[in-house]
Amino acid sequence: MSSKKITQVNSLTFFIPDETENLRIPISNNTVSAGFPSPAEDFKEKRISLDNTLIKNKEATFYARVSGKSMIGAGLDDGDLLVIDRSLEAKNGKIAVCFLDGEFTVKRLQIEKDTITLLPENEKYKPIKVPKGSDLLIWGIVTYVIKAV
Amino acid sequence: MFALVDCNNFYASCERAFQPQFNNTPIAILSNNDGCFISRSDEAKKLGLPMAAPAFKYRKFCEDNGIKVFSSNYPLYGDMSTRVMNILGTFTPDIEVYSVDEAFLKFDGFENYDFDTYGKEIQRTVQKCTGIPISIGIAPTKALAKVANKIAKKFRSKTGGVFVIQSDEGRIKALQWTKIESVWGVGHGNLKRLQSKNVKTAFDFIQLSDDWVKKQMAIIGLRLKKDLEGIPTLDLDDDTRDKKAIATTRSFEYTYDDIENIKERVSTFATSCAEKLRTQNSSCNHIVVFLRSNRHKKNEPQDRGSIIITLPYATDSSLIISNYAVEAVTSIYKPGIKYKRAGVIVSGLVPTNERQLDLFLAENPKHHKIMKVMDNVNDKYGYKVKIANQDLKRTWKMRQEHLSPKYTTNINDIITVR
Repeated sequence: MSSKKITQVNSLTFFIPDETENLRIPISNNTVSAGFPSPAEDFKEKRISLDNTLIKNKEATFYARVSGKSMIGAGLDDGDLLVIDRSLEAKNGKIAVCFLDGEFTVKRLQIEKDTITLLPENEKYKPIKVPKGSDLLIWGIVTYVIKAV
Repeated sequence: MFALVDCNNFYASCERAFQPQFNNTPIAILSNNDGCFISRSDEAKKLGLPMAAPAFKYRKFCEDNGIKVFSSNYPLYGDMSTRVMNILGTFTPDIEVYSVDEAFLKFDGFENYDFDTYGKEIQRTVQKCTGIPISIGIAPTKALAKVANKIAKKFRSKTGGVFVIQSDEGRIKALQWTKIESVWGVGHGNLKRLQSKNVKTAFDFIQLSDDWVKKQMAIIGLRLKKDLEGIPTLDLDDDTRDKKAIATTRSFEYTYDDIENIKERVSTFATSCAEKLRTQNSSCNHIVVFLRSNRHKKNEPQDRGSIIITLPYATDSSLIISNYAVEAVTSIYKPGIKYKRAGVIVSGLVPTNERQLDLFLAENPKHHKIMKVMDNVNDKYGYKVKIANQDLKRTWKMRQEHLSPKYTTNINDIITVR
């Protein structure tokens, strides 16, 4: 029954593969049955995933919540969600989550010869100068900010 | 070459990764129910807090010595363990996850590598990406890698946490240093036999004849001896660990929407898994629990919840497995769903007699006896002895007075930055 139906579909043209050229023939997930294959099948792609877009190194990625306004100039508002990649090197100009004086803080790094300065981006806050070798822990580098609008 | 990678004071290190203010203070982690201490930072060890010390006896000791105490936060430790293992997996394709904080790596075709440098690179990467400090022992065989790891840890200031046994002189020196009771795979029974032959170190052990070892310690003992002699005999054990799992999954007779009935069912399934484990002398490291609604009733709200629990130590105890499985139900059960099916799967199986001695301490040794009696009675009289889960549940309700947030598994628990 079903094979008969297939031959009745006049619009289908069958090609014999040309093996002289090394062409690859895509294989569809659709089994050939009585119905006409979904035309969408040829265009199937993976749905967009924020995880895949925002996370480069899955095992080194952590999240943090912003509290306060010290970085509003950089677009980090109170309550925003930060994506942090611990595998990245701390470089001058990067925004980093640091641990200093018993708490986590997020600031822009200004790395000089003998000091690291944690720069806030809000004129009401003062930069924090930390001599190299003191108890500053650069915990991870901020890669994205996610905010509710 | 093989490597044994071991996370230093793993649970304590997980807590410190998110609370760096305790990086230099003594800290200690309590077992389930805040019963006894199962992980201690080096500082806490130095102060004399014993492993497996009962919490109630040492409360004052901790206060007096400024030891910061944590309840065990298994969701955090489980996730951090996964991260560490996945990073290790990027350094070689051959990896055997041995426990929540230990893994064997095999380096086939790495002949031109400087293993000390490579080991340090692995260590640095894991530390940077997760905050977890690790120690690495590298040697031509698994048993020697374990020995090398002990040395790496014992002499951390000299080794930097990475130690390689490569030459024959190095191997012999290491074996002479290693006490026989701390050799991997030498259990209580063998220890007595070996001590009667005046075997004090791993080096003494390999001086015994193959015949004696095979006769007294069976083929496993002989394999261990060959491994310590530098002849690779023990291979990565990925088959028995990953592929083998035991499951008990059933559809309910009726649908249940109340949690107590589901807990009772899941507890029964967990007990059945534990019995199957004991029949084949295995213990499990992981428990998976899942709940399913009736998917054929399309007009009803649907739910498929599941959770993986990584146990703090391998076990075959019905009491422990059931307790965790019931705890798991609490976290995946959703009110208003009519559940039709549930299951318990235990995996990460290891032979029960190969569980590590120091990890034994975490399990109540009485369980072993209770389980034996329970199995005997059940064999004789057909299933009559059961775990009174509901009653036990009430007395067992997890006491977690010092619990830290689930920093990596709950969005409401992530760190706050100012």
